[in-house]
Amino acid sequence: MSNKPLAPAIEGWFTMDEQPQLIGSQCCHCETYFFPAQNRYCRNPDCDSTEFREALLSRTGRLWSYTNACYKPPAPFVAAEPFVPYTIAAVELEHEQMTILGQVITGVDVSDLKVGMDMELVLETLHETEEDIKVTWKWRPMAAAITGGNAQ
Amino acid sequence: MSREVVIIGAGMHPWGKWGHNFVEYGVAAAREALADAGISWREVSFVSGGATVRCGYPGYVAGATFAQALGWQGTEVNTSYAACASGSQALAAARNKIMAGDCEVALVVGADTTPKGFLAPAGGYRPEDPDWVRFYLGITNPTYFALYARRRMDLYGDTLDDFAAVKVKNSLVGSKNPRARYRKCFTAEDVAASAMVADPLRLMDICATSDGGAALIVCSLDYARRIGKGDAPRIAAISTVTPSFASAVVEMPDIATDSAAAAGIEAQSFRASLPVKAYEEAGIGPEDVDLAEVYDLSTALELDWIEDLQLTPRGEAAQWLRRGDTALGGRIPVNVSGGLACFGEAVPAQALAQVCELTWQLRGQSGDRQVEGARVGITANQGLFGHGSSVIIKR
Repeated sequence: MSNKPLAPAIEGWFTMDEQPQLIGSQCCHCETYFFPAQNRYCRNPDCDSTEFREALLSRTGRLWSYTNACYKPPAPFVAAEPFVPYTIAAVELEHEQMTILGQVITGVDVSDLKVGMDMELVLETLHETEEDIKVTWKWRPMAAAITGGNAQ
Repeated sequence: MSREVVIIGAGMHPWGKWGHNFVEYGVAAAREALADAGISWREVSFVSGGATVRCGYPGYVAGATFAQALGWQGTEVNTSYAACASGSQALAAARNKIMAGDCEVALVVGADTTPKGFLAPAGGYRPEDPDWVRFYLGITNPTYFALYARRRMDLYGDTLDDFAAVKVKNSLVGSKNPRARYRKCFTAEDVAASAMVADPLRLMDICATSDGGAALIVCSLDYARRIGKGDAPRIAAISTVTPSFASAVVEMPDIATDSAAAAGIEAQSFRASLPVKAYEEAGIGPEDVDLAEVYDLSTALELDWIEDLQLTPRGEAAQWLRRGDTALGGRIPVNVSGGLACFGEAVPAQALAQVCELTWQLRGQSGDRQVEGARVGITANQGLFGHGSSVIIKR
């Protein structure tokens, strides 16, 4: 690992804490959550609110489904050379009643996963630039047997 | 319903990777549909085109383009963009015009030439664009199909062999369809030998993109009777509903679903909602359906659609597949055209191609792909941005 500073891959979408959280928004009237944050109009058909507050989303949820990427995606994805396949998860947040996609931490394979497993949010490298290391949220299985890779 | 609308002509340019201008495919399909109907182009008073959007230019495939190519003759014109449901929306526009008594005969046409290589978003740093975000995070189109497929495996016990069996089933009928692009009879071994793209989906589980064109001639029942085609297949329903909040299945290109946290809001499935309106409008139920053409962007997705159309109970489509119930000659044949597995997706033409297939099937003209005694057929598809459709055709 290099000594470059860590920077969020997407500014303002998650906290850079030890226990990171996604930064969404919540309608002040009907309490619907939005990720990414939505601050202009509420998409609940029964609500015409224009007032929203920032909402830090639950760090843990249940695995809705999972897959992997065996081939290098096109830009703007920045792939390591040689390309290393990675795992992807969709995780249901119980309190927010929504499902959020993300990569799974390095070292966890689809064979380690099962729908319904408990997952938690961590930060890990997405790619490096000249100046810094871009980190993003990733999902990690909470089962002790599955440790995965280099989560920050 | 004030007036019934019937289909008197259907035509397609074969699917492939021909590399010609899309207009050529649309004109070929339109001319075949006109000949099939036995009427001249001058009889048509409304042209309704299915459109696609590429590189921000929505005029790429439009009704007026085809009207000009066939020879301007003063028809009224419409262009519909609804992603994979563009053809159904174009059909709905023509049907509404006829039902309103404003038109007797309409041409509905969609055609596409697919670009080479990946469809990738514009560059730069653009986190306000969900398509840019998901590609940046490494989430491609097959990711979504694979998430749905894996969920079936873990919830219902579907296997990779089941998904391969969908491909084998569809390639067997597709091999007999001269309009299909892929006409080889693939085996389960062929599928297993193809590269894993997004576990559990292999290359041969995922549909390609193709060039192609499809067209329909639709008219009032009165007009059809006047030319001796009063028994032509009827359009019993067209559903183009949008999703209902909160849409609970993560959909391309989004990174998250709606939240169902608000009081009085429940999680909803868009796919399952599409046929509901169609069944209501047609006044029939899934038990009345003789065959279905569904949008098999992946092999596993065909199984989801079968359940979304309520043709089998939820979670049981693979059991039906294993028994041969969804094959030609089975209880409810699905994708006897060969489906997207054999055609590949030509976006603005695909929903019309589904209706072309039903038209020929309901007329009993499908030769060794014929579903015996077919009287009711249903289509289903879903595309980007909350677009989808389900069409019911009756004899």
